Amino acid sequence: MTRLDGHGRIDRSRTLRFVVDDVAYTGHPGDTLASALLAHGVHRLGTSVKLGRPRGIGAAWVEDPTGLVQIEEPFPEPMLLAATVELTDGLVARGVGGRGRLAQVPDTARHDRQHHHCDVLVVGAGPAGLAAARQAARAGEDVVLVDDRSEAGGTLTGTETIDGRGSRDWAADVVAELAASGTVLHLQRTTAFGHHDDGYVLALERRTSGASRQRVHRIRAARVVVATGAIERPIVFEDNDRPGVMLASAARDLLHRQGVRAGSEVVVFTSDDAAYATAADLHDAGARVTVVDVRPTPPAAGPCLERDIVVHGNAVVTGAEGEDHVTGAVLGDGRTLPCDLLLVSGGWNPTAHLFSHVRGALRYDPELGAFRPGEELPGTRVVGAANGVLDLAGGLRDAVGDAAPAVVEQPRTPTTVLWRVPGDPARQFVDLARDATVRDIERAVGAGMTSVEHVKRYTTIGTAHDQGRTSGVIASGITAELLGRPIEDLGTTTFRPPYVPVAFAALAGRERGDLYDPVRTTVLHDRHVAAGAVFEDVGQWKRARHYPRAGEDMAAAVLRECAAARTGVAIMDGSTLGKIDVQGADAGVLLDRLYTNLMSSLKVGRVRYGVMCGNDGMMIDDGTVLRLADDRFLVTTTTGNAAVVLEWMEEWLQTEWPDLAVHVTSVTDQWAVLPVVGPRSRDVIGAVFGDVDVSNDAFGFMTWQDTVLDGVPVRLARISFSGELAYEVHVDARYAPALWDRLLEAGRPFDITPYGTETMHVLRAEKGYPIVGQDTDGTVTPQDLGMSWVISKKKTDFVGKRSFARAENLNPQRKELVSLLPTDAATTLPEGSQIVEFRADGALPPPPVPMLGHVTSSYRSAALGRPFALALLKAGRSRVGEVVHVPVGDRLVAAEIAPTVLVDPEGARRDG
Amino acid sequence: MQLIPCPWCGPREQTEFHYGGQADVAYPDDPAALTDEQWAHFVFFRDNPKGPFAERWFHSAGCRTWFRAVRDTRTYAFLPGSSA
Ligand SMILES: [Zn+2]
Repeated sequence: MTRLDGHGRIDRSRTLRFVVDDVAYTGHPGDTLASALLAHGVHRLGTSVKLGRPRGIGAAWVEDPTGLVQIEEPFPEPMLLAATVELTDGLVARGVGGRGRLAQVPDTARHDRQHHHCDVLVVGAGPAGLAAARQAARAGEDVVLVDDRSEAGGTLTGTETIDGRGSRDWAADVVAELAASGTVLHLQRTTAFGHHDDGYVLALERRTSGASRQRVHRIRAARVVVATGAIERPIVFEDNDRPGVMLASAARDLLHRQGVRAGSEVVVFTSDDAAYATAADLHDAGARVTVVDVRPTPPAAGPCLERDIVVHGNAVVTGAEGEDHVTGAVLGDGRTLPCDLLLVSGGWNPTAHLFSHVRGALRYDPELGAFRPGEELPGTRVVGAANGVLDLAGGLRDAVGDAAPAVVEQPRTPTTVLWRVPGDPARQFVDLARDATVRDIERAVGAGMTSVEHVKRYTTIGTAHDQGRTSGVIASGITAELLGRPIEDLGTTTFRPPYVPVAFAALAGRERGDLYDPVRTTVLHDRHVAAGAVFEDVGQWKRARHYPRAGEDMAAAVLRECAAARTGVAIMDGSTLGKIDVQGADAGVLLDRLYTNLMSSLKVGRVRYGVMCGNDGMMIDDGTVLRLADDRFLVTTTTGNAAVVLEWMEEWLQTEWPDLAVHVTSVTDQWAVLPVVGPRSRDVIGAVFGDVDVSNDAFGFMTWQDTVLDGVPVRLARISFSGELAYEVHVDARYAPALWDRLLEAGRPFDITPYGTETMHVLRAEKGYPIVGQDTDGTVTPQDLGMSWVISKKKTDFVGKRSFARAENLNPQRKELVSLLPTDAATTLPEGSQIVEFRADGALPPPPVPMLGHVTSSYRSAALGRPFALALLKAGRSRVGEVVHVPVGDRLVAAEIAPTVLVDPEGARRDG
Repeated sequence: MQLIPCPWCGPREQTEFHYGGQADVAYPDDPAALTDEQWAHFVFFRDNPKGPFAERWFHSAGCRTWFRAVRDTRTYAFLPGSSA
């Protein structure tokens, strides 16, 4: 065991049991999976992705490029870093071979979301972040403070002194002050992973209690303070991927957080001052430590010399010995220093990701050997180590200026920048997660690549889970050396969100399953479910598609429902129909300008079909218009276009015709609509609404009447989308279920049949009524549909009119709506099928084959006793009677071109 | 996600808005008097500048106001005070 008494902030009073690679271990609350393994002397975890080399724990937090595990219990999760998994009792994990495995069972955990708005968001609760948050809180600002570790304080070990106090006591004081302020939301275990426009930051909280496993915080901050610290940079040498090779800072972190000494015979290879603190602390914790410093006169060696730690100046480690675990460090002079832990420190890379996410430019700092924020951004400040100010006193001053707490200055000497030492480039690993070596960069440069972005994509360096936190700058530096260019000219690859991997489940939150997109149901939905309806999605609506009886498939059900509508009586739920109440003195003027036909001449009590086009003359929508009063119309739209048409009306009213006195209001949900269709519909309506004279003379086609049923107002309209005698029953949606039941009851003697959208489609297609969005696609005019009759010749202008006169609109080769009758009277043409000229030899010519159009709607017809289709066909109306071919699979199906109205062309049934 | 300044509601999330294209493209007084080319320019042609661009926006998931705002197409930033 290498767990040390008197070190660390874990809860030793509780023991947690866990299993890794089938071996049982114990740990304590406060451990990560990595620290708990290292406490048992276990470094090794899995193998590398391409070369199968042993992999181990390389760092103590998100910067670890190795140390990947597959979690098996409590729930399978792939590719997590052992260094970031908080130990829990019963955890089961295994090392991976560079790839994880997604769970094969549904995750029952809940993920959720919160929104926050604040004056200041501080990211990072290290010394700089705590100071910044405290300053903002004292100024009375609303503050959100997030930090990705389990406790505040960042890298403070407690050995530092701030304001005369131990640094961790100081941190605890600040946390307490923030908690007492009442204006600070402080979240630990919360990683800000994306910084977007206008102070919008997404942060992921790993929750340890509550109903959700993780929570995404959506934070909108007037100002963002980035105090995310810095990540230590390794130096590349041969076999630097061996388990037991680790960042120097990681060993210090493990010692102070978890009381874990990651090795007993330690070599520290450094070109930077900070590693000396690690060396001293490990020595004090009982390890034998040797320091190898690149610099001739190690500037910060004082504490080591006091401790009789051997410091080799002007020396480098060129290689690691050992296979499954490091056994020695090979020095440049050929000597080997035996060790079981080889620590590396090549300086520090500021964690400026959240600055880079919002397009902040980074600039190379030769004293750091790293890229740091190189410009001021409005609303975003980067402070402390994240800004390249690595010493504690300087970092605090950088964060809060004169308000900085008192700290003894410890001047730093600049890092000696060293990307790699001499050695075999094929064994010098740059990105351990990708098995990418210096040799790979040489190949990229040899292939002519001169941009770091290209080198990244060629070598895959920086594309793994860690996004190149430790490898990116080194790759830039080595590329620059190989190209013989300064690194500042080359730059570094762009940091993009997310800063850490985020599970899709967390991003989805509660918006999964039925909540992914709102499901709209009509007030009659339960009735349809009880009747055994099969539903289809129409936009967000669930609509009954057909009502199969026992043993019926859809085709059989639809034929039965169609027959009922054509020979008896049928009823459907048309409540999803878009409905817009148009009111005001100029309501008629508005509709005249938006519809192709004249609406202002419609008399109160009457109904008119209308078509809307865009400025380009292409059809947008169609529907019926009921004139309710001189200054009031009820406009109906297709189900899917209700919002579009309302928005269209508002746009014109607000932007072009603000002088018109008109108000438009959606009443789609307020009114239920129940079409009662078929030759016996009059009997049913007459039976239910005894007060209404339903004779054709008193209640003609395309008129409406108001009535009252048991005190409930009901509107009846003679509107037909089937070509049959039909009534639309409009009623306050709350009364629709009761009215539906009454209509079914009254229709029972006539075997009234509920029908769904599929039957509605067949019935309207038999009559040649197009459906906007199915038989049209934004390139179809009313004339193309054979509906010139709906275009007013009296009006001087309406939206789309001028386009009808464009040369292209008058082209006789435009596609026109026709029907197609497969000559075998048996084949139902697939919708979307292409149409080609008839081929006497029954075979397609070599491509390209000229396309004449396509099938837009296709069904079997009960009334016709055969399949039929609607199609858009070049010059189609002039070709009625001709035969074309439709490729269906490997065959060519012959189909005769016919007029669109196949049932009751005279309209006698509808008008009767 | 950007904040877009609605003149009625103030700054709101961009997902609440629909884009309405170039502003100040007035519907012609007399479309019938235009040549096909002139009409096509009204219907199909829009500017695509690099820099400030006057646009129409619709606060569709909010107050449902159509408004005009100037946005810099290089930075996406709305010019302060430009929405009305
Ligand atoms: Zn608004």
